Amino acid sequence: MAKVTVDGIQVEVANGSSVLQACEAAGKEIPRFCYHERLSIAGNCRMCLVEVEKAPKPVASCGYPVMDGMVVRTDTEVVRRARRAVMEFLLINHPLDCPICDQGGECDLQDQAFSYGGDHSRYAENKRAVTDKYLGPLVKTVMTRCIQCTRCIRFASEVAGVPELGATSRGENMEVTTYVEKALTSELSGNLIDICPVGALTSKPYAFVARPWELKKSDGIDVLDATGTNIRIHAKGPEVMRILPRVNDAVNEEWMADKGRFSFDGLRRKRLDRPWVRVHGKLQPASWQDAFVAIARRLEGVKGERIGAIVGDLCDAESMVALRDLTGALGSGNIDCRQDGAQYDIGRRDFYTFNSGIAGIEEADALLLVGTDPRREAPVLNARIRKRWLAGNFPVGVIAAPGPDLTYEVAHLGDRPSVLAGLADGSVGFAESLRAAKKPMIIVGQSALAREDGAAVLAACWALAGRVGALTPDWHGFNMLHTAASRVGALDLGLVPQAGSRSVAGMMSGGVEVLWLLGADEIGAGRIGPDTFVVYQGHHGDAGAARADVILPGAAYVEKSGTYVNTEGRVQTAFQAVFPPGEAREDWRILRAFSEVVGHTLPYDDLEAVRRRLAEVNPVFARQGLPRFGAADATGPAGDPAAIGNAPFTPTVHDYYQTNVISRASATMAECSRVYAHPVVQAAE
Amino acid sequence: MSGHFSAENIGHGTPGHAPRPASDNQPQHFAFDTESETEIEAILAKYPEGRQASGVIPLLYVAQAQMGRATGSAWVPRVAMDVIARRLGMPPIRVYEVATFYLMFNTKPVGRYHLQVCTTTPCWLRGSDDIVTACKRATGVKAFEETSADGLFTMTEVECLGACANAPILQVNDDFYEDLDAERTVALIEALKRGEKPQRGPTIDRFNSAPAGGRTTLLDEIGTRHADGQPGTAPDTV
Repeated sequence: MAKVTVDGIQVEVANGSSVLQACEAAGKEIPRFCYHERLSIAGNCRMCLVEVEKAPKPVASCGYPVMDGMVVRTDTEVVRRARRAVMEFLLINHPLDCPICDQGGECDLQDQAFSYGGDHSRYAENKRAVTDKYLGPLVKTVMTRCIQCTRCIRFASEVAGVPELGATSRGENMEVTTYVEKALTSELSGNLIDICPVGALTSKPYAFVARPWELKKSDGIDVLDATGTNIRIHAKGPEVMRILPRVNDAVNEEWMADKGRFSFDGLRRKRLDRPWVRVHGKLQPASWQDAFVAIARRLEGVKGERIGAIVGDLCDAESMVALRDLTGALGSGNIDCRQDGAQYDIGRRDFYTFNSGIAGIEEADALLLVGTDPRREAPVLNARIRKRWLAGNFPVGVIAAPGPDLTYEVAHLGDRPSVLAGLADGSVGFAESLRAAKKPMIIVGQSALAREDGAAVLAACWALAGRVGALTPDWHGFNMLHTAASRVGALDLGLVPQAGSRSVAGMMSGGVEVLWLLGADEIGAGRIGPDTFVVYQGHHGDAGAARADVILPGAAYVEKSGTYVNTEGRVQTAFQAVFPPGEAREDWRILRAFSEVVGHTLPYDDLEAVRRRLAEVNPVFARQGLPRFGAADATGPAGDPAAIGNAPFTPTVHDYYQTNVISRASATMAECSRVYAHPVVQAAE
Repeated sequence: MSGHFSAENIGHGTPGHAPRPASDNQPQHFAFDTESETEIEAILAKYPEGRQASGVIPLLYVAQAQMGRATGSAWVPRVAMDVIARRLGMPPIRVYEVATFYLMFNTKPVGRYHLQVCTTTPCWLRGSDDIVTACKRATGVKAFEETSADGLFTMTEVECLGACANAPILQVNDDFYEDLDAERTVALIEALKRGEKPQRGPTIDRFNSAPAGGRTTLLDEIGTRHADGQPGTAPDTV
């Protein structure tokens, strides 16, 4: 530790810290543009100048290491004049277009110009202008505003792992560019907008839409993948204007995936805003009362076991527990959350969660990915793996369908589950890396489980984890990566049919007379038996609603307060940001209202009561966050590891930008899909 | 599955978007010839394993020289940068950055003779404006960065070439022509047009940057100093 005096305040900081970090520890704010705590240090904006005793001139504090006994002054005349001079240089070529700039109101340059800007310009020569660049359908560029801090270049090559941005030419002609005009091939490109300190990189869908001070901000949880990214929803009146990430070092640091950030325009399109009832083969608008009565009539005399329910991927825990209670009251055990048919053992929680924790990835020293493509299933989690890989000594093995570059070096061990046996008996070379590791990690994806021998693959992965020492009292290296935001919560609530009850496949093939779909659209609704009466409760007119006999309009994730459990098993609460459109209502309320119509009134009238019921069903819901734990019990999940088949794993995510009803309704995501997933094939050179 | 995200694909093509018009005649193919390969082998042997990216500047020179040999225009097309990036295991953008940073690499086609006129202060004081005018007159180009109609000459303005003692300087491809004036510049360009290759170096009676017309100091041989301290006879060689 080094003792540093900052403006007379003595602080102790770790050796190797920068002067800027010491100043922050002392509570002094240092202006900066290029420095970003999650990126490497560039030291090229010079805004963070401070005076250090015995140094002949002001030093750039971001790149200057502390020394014991150092005396730093951050608020002297020399420092102020130096920063004013730097600001004057930065403003020489920066356009005065704040009134038409989307960064206005949340711009670092604008803010700091208040403190260090001059009242006039001494620059009479021509300003430079830079051609705008095409970076894809998400990031808008106004490159004349660029102050060349190189944050975006560093983000692309360090965090996103796509070294496609660079600074070409030099001096006055320096430009930040891809050189070859192309869309950035990253699922994290939206973060460039956040880290850009000026208005050079802004959001294309948000262009000229709103000013930051007009927006109402609500904290939420992203449901478009299972990472549980913490988000802040910015709304103006009834509409979501944009979604930004919130800092949570345990989950998403301060990054966010493009799908979660840009899909929100799908919340305005193809919405179900009133109940519908199918009359003579055609859906007719109806009142809530009519819709409820239509369902209640159909349910009359139907035995409990002929009623089923399927839970979709975006549901909150409150609506799931209400649906569970309703089907239970109707005497049915046919309820399933596994749209993809994945096989789990819900006997113990650590059989289906990401037990190391996302932050735990940074502690691991070897990784095996089984049937997963984290880059497209959970881009933010993938960035964490890349962060660990960059730190060195991190062998990564992959057993999955050959897919895109994961942004780190991997050993591709094959695409068949039989490789697991090879790893277990040591005949595959990578086994040595796993065994030598102190904290080995295995991540099992959904494509490893959504297959006939899923249970066997699960058991084999667990057995392998035990064999390589991943299951110890202080390290739990067995991890499951989910793709559906609702899945872990649903498994916590036990939404898996017990023996004698029907699973998704059984319900689809005519095993039930009445089928309740709670936001379930990815089941191939067209294959539901023709005699089945389908109730679709959800927010988008997608596959499920098209097949439905009664449609009950629900609320999307930004329109209701809800509890979500991410792939780690972390319980997080989201708050309502806007109101559901038209007659749409919060989903648990719909189920509660309907239960009264059929005479099985659910015992809760407000959100607090639903949440008490959640905690009653599973105590994990009573606690926000996630405690770290080791593997207390090495007993494996049900399933015979020897029964694994030989079919290759298939990719889970075919088109990253079109995985659920919201992203399928989004014009932005459709454009991304057109640009990225189905690129115009060009002749190879 | 599309191979779009693969590292192999970085820097190639433009998914879903019309590529920039190929106004600068970017060739579609580039491969090192045997002469270049021999040079590359010698260059890369200098760097330890895993540090091959250090060879990016010499390799860009090799590519530029090969283009000069093959097409008469010494420049580095984008495909050549991509080939270098692949050879050195680095992202293409890192090669683009280097190639565009150093003005010695031409990222656009140039004429057979690349006239690089130094206009920095010492050359300017010694009449580089005349050299620029002479170049324009002799080649027909109207401004810097232009190529003459016959495709033989491209004139560019460069910063100090480090030969100020012989100002003004005109660098033609890799050779310095020094101590120029307008007349000798025109003569030089006319000679180049005829396909001759004039002797590089000073264009006046002078050896390198030694004084014009022979030595003016240190004229005496050691030990031949007169008793009055005056130098003896000047030596007849320099």
